[in-house]
Amino acid sequence: MQNQIYVVAYEGNQDGTRVLDYAIRQASRSGASLNIVHILEWSPYQFLTNEEIEERHRRRGEEMKRAQDALLQPALDKAGQAGVEAIGTLKFGNVVQLVAKAATDCNAEQIFVGRSGAQSIGARIFGSVPLGVAQIATVPTVIVP
Amino acid sequence: MRPLSQMAAACIAPLTFAGPAAAQSSLDETINTIFADYTGWYVSIIFADLPGTNFSWIALWLVVGAIVFTIYFGFIQFKGFMHSIRLVKGDYSDPDDAGEVSHFQALATALSGTVGLGNIAGVAVAVGIGGPGATFWMVVAGLFGMATKFTECTLGVKYRNEYDDGTVSGGPMYYMTKGFRERGLPGGRAFAMVFCVFTILTAVGAGNMFQANQAHAQLSGVLGGYPGWITGVILAVIVFAVIVGGLKSIARVTEKVVPFMGIFYVLVSLVILLRNYDEILWAFGQIFEGAFTGLGVAGGFTGALIQGFRRAAFSNEAGVGSAAIAHSAVRTKEPVTEGYVALLEPFIDTVVICTMTALVIVITGVLQLDPETGLYAWNAEAGRIATEGGVQGVELTSAAYAEAFSWFPPLLAVSVVLFAFSTMLSWSYYGMKAVTYMFGEGKVQELVYKTIFCLFIIIGSAASLQPVIDFSDAMLFSMAIVNIIALYLLMPIVRGELDSYVKRLRSGEIKKYKGGDKVQPGVTPGE
Repeated sequence: MQNQIYVVAYEGNQDGTRVLDYAIRQASRSGASLNIVHILEWSPYQFLTNEEIEERHRRRGEEMKRAQDALLQPALDKAGQAGVEAIGTLKFGNVVQLVAKAATDCNAEQIFVGRSGAQSIGARIFGSVPLGVAQIATVPTVIVP
Repeated sequence: MRPLSQMAAACIAPLTFAGPAAAQSSLDETINTIFADYTGWYVSIIFADLPGTNFSWIALWLVVGAIVFTIYFGFIQFKGFMHSIRLVKGDYSDPDDAGEVSHFQALATALSGTVGLGNIAGVAVAVGIGGPGATFWMVVAGLFGMATKFTECTLGVKYRNEYDDGTVSGGPMYYMTKGFRERGLPGGRAFAMVFCVFTILTAVGAGNMFQANQAHAQLSGVLGGYPGWITGVILAVIVFAVIVGGLKSIARVTEKVVPFMGIFYVLVSLVILLRNYDEILWAFGQIFEGAFTGLGVAGGFTGALIQGFRRAAFSNEAGVGSAAIAHSAVRTKEPVTEGYVALLEPFIDTVVICTMTALVIVITGVLQLDPETGLYAWNAEAGRIATEGGVQGVELTSAAYAEAFSWFPPLLAVSVVLFAFSTMLSWSYYGMKAVTYMFGEGKVQELVYKTIFCLFIIIGSAASLQPVIDFSDAMLFSMAIVNIIALYLLMPIVRGELDSYVKRLRSGEIKKYKGGDKVQPGVTPGE
């Protein structure tokens, strides 16, 4: 069953840690590997100032490096220490769409996502990441409390 | 011709210093006299009318340039219009480049620097003097101006500087230097330096003092008369906090609010037009008829044409070169794509927003008709069409919208202030790019420029310095003189870029990521 892949939508906060720990346990039991996905929220339609535009390329690089070093690499190390094979995916864009797409791209068996924010009023009105992923993903989605 | 000063005269309440009237008058007069003595001759040359007409040669310079670029690039603004929309939608944006500056963001930021007083006060001046027919010629000039923007913004991206730390700098000064060198033309550096001097002076004047002046006029109109320096100090502190203190949240809020103000303005205009749907055809009839007959307005056909062309040129800044600075930071491998995107700017600014304003002014009946002749009643003393209450400029626009919505004038005042603030931020940036080009990157020169910029906000708000404003207008159009000469010399390079791009687009080498695989119709004259 080594070819099974689980996608983990990893935020890096406390919820993210719980999701990662749960996914590592599940992967360890089933022999699956993990694709730990961290998305930096970004919209091509948000408005920027002239200075922000000028510096955007540099800042993008800095944001990616920070996310890679501070979030993704420690998560990959944690999986590795547990004996679970893992790769990381770092992207800019819409979290819900990109997590679902990552699962499709790597033929994942299932997605693990935290419940973060799903109970807030804003989430009820505008939708939350876990509910959004569950709605559009083409594979089963596990929402970790 | 004194464009901004006309608008200023149309809508500025008398401005006062806090001190005694005599002292204020004395200081104003002293500054005015000094400026008029030293700069008046230059202003007169820039805004001189063509012999035997009241059409300034500088407006003709902009319009002729726009027509030349339109023909040279095969009516790119029409044939490439849908492709521009698709680029803005991100159909050709590589998903792996997400997080970089998108075409939409570059367009929105550039628009926030141009949409403003020209669309509100400038249109009212055009229609008030040239009659409804001025709208037709304004739209025509806006459509031609799209080709100018295409040319300058393509060059802006092609010849920008990309630094090791990932930041970019671009604009006419860079394409003048590098482009001239590439074509083996002499004088690129000299052109660039002259352009930068004009840019800095425009930034401080038209992009700062005039905007601050207008903001105060609007605020004092709503809040009651109070000394201009108060507005000046408040604005200067806020601008200082943004551009020196790095308080980017204010800039971000402005950049977010201004586009919505623009959208709201268009929506309100649409609602007014829909409420008067039975008069829309009549209004268009007035615009078309007035375009060729003048409908009794002094100057007739010529008067309408001149006013329309003038206001369009002043509103969308096509050919001035400022847009090339704003657009040059976009992340794209194809410079010509930013040209396509930039051509939407005059369309949105002039063809859509200015036309909305003009239609509302015509439909709401604030321009008075002579019941006997059925033509517009001409106020010979004021040199414009008679209006209810004798209002003109931004007050005329405000009165027109108030006919439909009484709550609109205060909101319009807020919009004008925000537009002015946004324009100030944009021009502070354009000026700084010119400073850093001339004197190199460095914190000292940047701080000196930014501090001077903020001080001039106070002066602009507090004083009625007509010759200073006139001079800064002249600088704005001087930018266009230098820039359009450079565009003529460099347009073969843009042609090469365009041909190469279209060829690769048609062959499928340039990939479409969204919206299907269909090759875009209308990208080339042959399609």
